[in-house]
Amino acid sequence: MTQHPFLALTDSDREQMLETIGVETVDELFRDLPEAVRLGRALELEPALSEPEVFAHVAELAARNADASRELSFLGAGMYDHYVPAVVDAILQRGELLTAYTPYQPEMSQGVLQAIFEYQTAVCELTGMDVSNASGYDGTSVAADACYVAKHATGRERIVVTEATNPQVRQVVKTYAAGFGLEVVEVPHRDGTTDPGELERAAVDAAAVIFQQPNFFGCLEPAPDLVATAAEAWALPIAHVDPLSLGVLEAPGRYGAALALGEGQAAGNFPSFGGPHYGFLAARKEFIRRMPGRIVGETVDTAGERGYVLTLQTREQHIRREKATSNITTNQTLLALGGLVYLTWLGPQGLRELGETCLSLAAYAKQRLEERAGLQPVFSAQTTFKEFAVRVGRNAREVVAAARERGVHPGYALGRDYEGMDDVLLVAVTERRTPDEIDRLADVLAEVAR
Amino acid sequence: MKLIYEKSQSGRRASALPRHENLPPVPELPEELRRREPPRLPEVPEFELVRHFTELSTRNFGVDTGFYPLGSCTMKYNPRINERLAALPGFARLHPLQEADGAQGALELMWRLQEILAEVTGLDAVSLQPAAGSQGELTGLLLVRAYFAARGEAEQLRKVVIPDAAHGTNPASVTMAGYELTPVRTDPRGNIDVDDLGGKVDEHTAALMLTNPSTLGLFDENIEEIERIFHGAGALMYYDGANLNAVCGISRPGDMGFDIVHINLHKTFSQPHGGGGPGGGPIAVRDVLEPFLPVPAVVRRGEGGFGLDYDRPQTIGKVRGFTGPFGVFVRSYAFFRMWGPRLREMSEAAVLNANYVLARLKDAYDLPFDRLCMHEFVLSARTLKKEHGCTALDVAKRLMDYGFHPPTIYFPLVVPEALMVEPTETEAKETLDAFCDAMLAIAREAADEPELLKEAPHDRPVKRLDEVRAAKQPVVRYGFDEHPAVQGEPRAVATEAPQGV
Repeated sequence: MTQHPFLALTDSDREQMLETIGVETVDELFRDLPEAVRLGRALELEPALSEPEVFAHVAELAARNADASRELSFLGAGMYDHYVPAVVDAILQRGELLTAYTPYQPEMSQGVLQAIFEYQTAVCELTGMDVSNASGYDGTSVAADACYVAKHATGRERIVVTEATNPQVRQVVKTYAAGFGLEVVEVPHRDGTTDPGELERAAVDAAAVIFQQPNFFGCLEPAPDLVATAAEAWALPIAHVDPLSLGVLEAPGRYGAALALGEGQAAGNFPSFGGPHYGFLAARKEFIRRMPGRIVGETVDTAGERGYVLTLQTREQHIRREKATSNITTNQTLLALGGLVYLTWLGPQGLRELGETCLSLAAYAKQRLEERAGLQPVFSAQTTFKEFAVRVGRNAREVVAAARERGVHPGYALGRDYEGMDDVLLVAVTERRTPDEIDRLADVLAEVAR
Repeated sequence: MKLIYEKSQSGRRASALPRHENLPPVPELPEELRRREPPRLPEVPEFELVRHFTELSTRNFGVDTGFYPLGSCTMKYNPRINERLAALPGFARLHPLQEADGAQGALELMWRLQEILAEVTGLDAVSLQPAAGSQGELTGLLLVRAYFAARGEAEQLRKVVIPDAAHGTNPASVTMAGYELTPVRTDPRGNIDVDDLGGKVDEHTAALMLTNPSTLGLFDENIEEIERIFHGAGALMYYDGANLNAVCGISRPGDMGFDIVHINLHKTFSQPHGGGGPGGGPIAVRDVLEPFLPVPAVVRRGEGGFGLDYDRPQTIGKVRGFTGPFGVFVRSYAFFRMWGPRLREMSEAAVLNANYVLARLKDAYDLPFDRLCMHEFVLSARTLKKEHGCTALDVAKRLMDYGFHPPTIYFPLVVPEALMVEPTETEAKETLDAFCDAMLAIAREAADEPELLKEAPHDRPVKRLDEVRAAKQPVVRYGFDEHPAVQGEPRAVATEAPQGV
């Protein structure tokens, strides 16, 4: 059999090595395996491919997908088609960063450690918080992590989450809650946003109140009021935020949130059919020793020079084991690094302009959908950011199918998650959409809606 | 080296954004929701950005840089073709909520990966959703809960057995899943102590969590008896796939009797570790557990192609958004296709490499369990410490002077002064020899010139760092104008906590 390209040992290497070990064959190395647990046959897998063959095969699979380069897309609902600049790809493909692991040995890993420290700083600046971890899996799992923080910080056993929070976030929180021994209660929305009065009743004795800003419908919640309501009940107010809204929307730390978290994808990661991305998780400083996951801290070396290390590790599973603040080990460092590079690329001015462009384009889209297709926003009284819900007069899933036949994906059918919304479409824009493209959406919807 | 924030100058920027004509004015935001002070993100031109992060990369060490025998982390070569494939627009720009008919290629890739993982683990059904091994563990334990709850036994079965050599994630996952931990000892040969086990498995035992080969790099010789004990008690068996690189195509967790397995795609199946992640932690289960797997399931629908099935009334729910870290699946799928049934050669080479390094080093360091190893092994620097005052940490730091990433140290906890070495299958004999020569030289240096070890590393960008100071006075973000001045007193620093895994 030909030498496999991912292996290095030659026959003569193998012979010398077996001799050094003191065995005759490679099979002998496996002598501790009882006969009964051995496979005893070849794996039933398709034959090995060469690199050109695997490229052809997998590229053919990729070509069968209607991605955003092939279909004009207004899909959002938690994942967004923001532009990822070339510098992100270039930095993330540096082998020294790409192929390293968790920086357990800081002298070998100052590059990643400093980058995480810079990332933590960027997340704290965006959210107005004091401390950020090095990343969580995604925007759903960090919400579950935050519930574990809230449980131990308050000693309470109920989590309140607004119904206008991303359904996947709610689902993941509920799944984890079964293990945490927490009850999850949802507060319904009223005309697209959460009513602080209704929240007040639910927040009594709650460990935390989780809300999303902008919420899943794209509407701006009365976030300072929701936070105040939670805080009055001594529940931790937790804000799930879109990082790219934070150039124009107030930082959750400034209106009193205890923790701020969210999905990082929009900032520097491709949608990539759902991952890998990063979840960010930041908190006020009193929660620093309850944070899940890696945290990098600044220190000095034996010569007094500045350097970076993983810190507060006594929170973590490899030391604290069953008493750890989380089981997380492998996180999403590379994607978070993509986030840092992206936010550095944007800078504070770029972030504000991006937010303003999203606001304007969404306003334009609402206007055109109404003028050209006669479609009304569902929550017309609400201010929205980059996404909004419209009634399309018939089942929205049928509208999606019909529009896609015309080369346009018009958005997400909200009836998939919300009762009574079968005729509602959630339309998202990013800075990549042009007014012409929005006009095309309006024209297609004029044909297929109603 | 300066932080990016210290290079920032007001008015500079790396980005220009589209400016659309004829848009309505920016809608007015309610006063109380409007951002008052902008975030202090860096302000640098694009070229400065590239130089900064390139410089950071030169201060980092990856598999591409050199030998990285970090035990239990499987730091193998990550084929570049995988990166090219994951970046194809048909994948990278595909929205996860795209309708199934617009995502057939992605769904087929996932379905095929599930089939491969089922064959490699010897189990029936796979969910790709968990984002990493530890999330796979939690998912697996939630499946155990759901399985026993459906049988009305959840209240009674509340204990999970874990050996003392296990990764810290195992006990942490047990607590997060609402279970109680039952620890079990390691016997003098490095197997689970079956006598200890006999007294600990009872009518309250829900499951065993086991890594096999263990974190000691040893295959549990009593695996058949362990299987009889747990299944005899009606408990389930969970396999931590951290060390699957040792046995692919040779022995399958399903054949060993395990009911649930998580697979670390970033360890065994070549997803680059990314400086800490991303990972991928799919789980494979026996058929009786399939109804409880996370939603959606990726399914084949005969002529209708591939789809997502949400109609699973007994599901535990979701542990992560969408169907999991798809880009990781592309990389691992390509890796599998380049191996095919030859995957066995991968594990054989991994085990051969580890045994060769072990054979060359076992006279110079303490060997707690004198057996052949699997894909990794654990040595101890106990004698070096006793006779020359040189610890595992000192050995690790001195290895850096020779150009190697250190092994995992101080883990597993059952071995004092542990050095856990995993060479992986992709390393050449010359590399292994150079590493062995360095380890042997270091053992001699410990006797002759121990200062060389204690003051190491000598030529990394920083010397040993004060971790106690970092934890006592945490500085976890740049403070801009109020950033504390760095005025370290030169002093000796030490650590004795697990470093690796």
